[in-house]
Amino acid sequence: MRQERRSRQSGSSSVKVLSIVIDLVAHYASTLIAAALAPVEQDHLLQARQMQALSFAVHIPLVCFGIAFPSMVLLVEALYVRTGDELYRTLAKRWSKVMIALFAVGVVTGTILSFELGLLWPNFMATFGDVFGLAFGLEGFSFFIEAIFIAIYVYSWDRISPRRHLLCGIPVVVAGITGSLFVISVNAWMNRPSGFRLDHGRAVDVEPWRALFGNAHLWPELTHMYFAGFIVTGFAVAAVYAWGWLKGRRGRYERVALAVPLTIAALAAPVQLVIGDWIARRITEDQPTKLAALEGLGPTTKGADLHVLGWYEDGEVRYGIAFPDGLALLAKHDPNATIQGLEAVPAQDRPPVNVVRVAFQTMVGIGTLMAALGVVHLFTWFRRRRFVESRWFLLGVVAAGPLSVVALVAGWVTTEVGRQPWVVYGVMRTSEAVTGAGGIPVGYATLVIVYAGLGGAVAWILLRLSRRPLDVRDEPPPILESHAPR
Amino acid sequence: MPLADVPAILILVGVAAYIVFAGADFGAGLWYLLAGRGPRGRPVRDFSYHAMAPVWEANHVWLIFVLVVTWTAYPTAFGSIASTLAVPLFIAAVGIILRGTTYALRSGAAADRDTEGATGFVFGASSILTPFALGTVIGGIAAGEVPVGNAAGDLATSWLNPTSVVIGVLAVATSGYLAAVYLAGDARREEQPDLARAFRARAMAMGLIAGILAVAGLVVLRADARGLFDDLTSGAGLGAVLVSAAAGLATLGLVRSERYEPARVSAALAVAAIVAGWGIAQRPDLLPGLTIEEGAAGHSTLVALLVSIAAGLVVLIPSLMLLYGLVLRGRFDATASVAVEQSPPRPARVRRPPVIASGALLLAGAPLTLFGEGVLLAIGVLALVLFVAMSALALLQPEALGERSSREGSRP
Repeated sequence: MRQERRSRQSGSSSVKVLSIVIDLVAHYASTLIAAALAPVEQDHLLQARQMQALSFAVHIPLVCFGIAFPSMVLLVEALYVRTGDELYRTLAKRWSKVMIALFAVGVVTGTILSFELGLLWPNFMATFGDVFGLAFGLEGFSFFIEAIFIAIYVYSWDRISPRRHLLCGIPVVVAGITGSLFVISVNAWMNRPSGFRLDHGRAVDVEPWRALFGNAHLWPELTHMYFAGFIVTGFAVAAVYAWGWLKGRRGRYERVALAVPLTIAALAAPVQLVIGDWIARRITEDQPTKLAALEGLGPTTKGADLHVLGWYEDGEVRYGIAFPDGLALLAKHDPNATIQGLEAVPAQDRPPVNVVRVAFQTMVGIGTLMAALGVVHLFTWFRRRRFVESRWFLLGVVAAGPLSVVALVAGWVTTEVGRQPWVVYGVMRTSEAVTGAGGIPVGYATLVIVYAGLGGAVAWILLRLSRRPLDVRDEPPPILESHAPR
Repeated sequence: MPLADVPAILILVGVAAYIVFAGADFGAGLWYLLAGRGPRGRPVRDFSYHAMAPVWEANHVWLIFVLVVTWTAYPTAFGSIASTLAVPLFIAAVGIILRGTTYALRSGAAADRDTEGATGFVFGASSILTPFALGTVIGGIAAGEVPVGNAAGDLATSWLNPTSVVIGVLAVATSGYLAAVYLAGDARREEQPDLARAFRARAMAMGLIAGILAVAGLVVLRADARGLFDDLTSGAGLGAVLVSAAAGLATLGLVRSERYEPARVSAALAVAAIVAGWGIAQRPDLLPGLTIEEGAAGHSTLVALLVSIAAGLVVLIPSLMLLYGLVLRGRFDATASVAVEQSPPRPARVRRPPVIASGALLLAGAPLTLFGEGVLLAIGVLALVLFVAMSALALLQPEALGERSSREGSRP
């Protein structure tokens, strides 16, 4: 019932009322909740959280490739089908090898995540598995379709007609969209829980469809992640060819291989700023404490300022560059709006402010630079059909590859750490969700070693794939020349 | 049948499918390892790997299916199992990462020999470790070693007990057996008689080992998990065990007479029957003191889950049939005749990029997203998405990509 009340809060209602309701829910829940499995003492809660965070950080860049890379490969293959130019086919085929290698790594790192949900947070699963589990069931099917068609696509080059081959790639693109929809729906539910009622620590009167897909938090979060997928994949792939371009590998093949990912990322990056504004307004309504942590706003303030850089200490930001009324403008598009501060909730209900703040600023800073880079490229490409002829621009694209991944991870740190100390916002604390099993440090150390090996393996694979000679049938001479064995 | 039982049956179907499909993948890893190093074992090693490469990801999804149905339909049981059996589940997870990584490594390798040695060992070892660990999990649950609660059971003896170990070893043997049967069939289809003979011999040997282990397992169960033993040796449980034994024996006979296609089916039946036997023995409890009825999620969750599984299967089954059809007809084989059909070169039509439309989408989408609410906001976001898609297509036309200024072509 309390949940229903929250979820009915419409956009027009005042944030103050909402925050009071959330406060009440939070206090009430934290005193009353007796989850399905009794909460336990866990000495290694922080390690458990870090272990989960590490696994996410490893998996999330691969998700970006799952979301965006198939579309890029198909776009290039469609150019082949349209023009019959072998160059496009060669490029699409080479990229598809990278795609399946990264998909394989994504499969296993994703499996680890689903294991960890149970291994590290059994009480979260036991209490709310029946509320959000459905989304993972749907995601399972989506994943099935992706795995099936990615295999057909990659293993059937030259074995079925080009048009049918192209068609086999379409389910992979669709599954990339639906897969992220289902997984993000769970995260959005954790940020804005609804569709159930708690009765003696068990979720009752569960309405899974409404909980997952009737959630206003879902759409901005999904769109934000979807754009991030294209930005990360685009810049990561472009970085490789921009490096080659700097080194003088400037054939027709390389031109296409750089133009496609760079142009797509360049389009997505500026638009992401607008989408980011959307999700910031959503957070203002759903999670005022997270918003306050993004800025480091201590007391509730009318016309709150925005600080760039600086450090949060004793309820205020020090050494930062202040933009008067900036936070009020950003969050509510009104310079006189009142923004709820961290002090509106007791200290034990606040996230670690500086972690959230630094992560947020990192994401926004890198995102803005990438948007600027994108606009410069789009302008030149649109007017002159060529890349920006500047060494600095190309170095910028090379840097944007890894930086986009940093921004991505920083964004997830912002939302996940910003939700702390809750795993289900205002309903269940992370400390109530954790396992009672020992040995978390051992598991954590093992996982670090395994992921280090995995990282090395992925680097090796990508290097090997990039050094394979091009197998263009009837290659035009310039390509042979520029790709002669080095 | 009560609604609460249906997900349990689906979980058992998922377990059986995982053993039948992914089990064979693990078994291929076992044969890879047992083929030894050096050039003599190379044909077996290469064949074991290649036969499984296109399908392992799809096969693997059955495990995800089992996990998500369990945590959605029986959340309390899932939380209890995952916390008490954390060690074998973690071992299985690490095994799955290592194994997937070696598959990925192979796809990056120019030649197979690049990934032998250490990588091959990791591939083989993780292929044994993972089914063993997952087998001990089943053993721990079946033997009633998992009480309800957050890590309420013993972290060691819940899976290092005689029943768990026997089921773990049996899982490895079954994997090897299934793999050998499938690989023998694949080798014959690819007209590699030497390999077909090699895998036939392995199938016969591993079939006998699995049979002996199964009988020995019953003896262990009688001493260690009497309740489970009694359920498996009476009534419907006994029926399932007998069906499994008969199907196992029939598979041996079929393999002996080199009839591999029906052998695939009877081997799958042997697995399915013993999984069904486990379900029968387990009923009506999920865990000691928690019945299926008590542990099940609410009505609306169960209905939503079953509806989405039904809808998912409508898409999944034809897709899986397409994949397995292509594999079994040998379309992905290295030796398959390659019918290369090329797209004929044709001049790209010059299309005018839709500059005005793209610009309009951007000019409408950005303010609507920034200041809109409800439907207007949704329209704004949609316009922005369309702007990106349309502009990408417009800017990446063949004539734009094909152009090349003389300065770009030159090297610095």
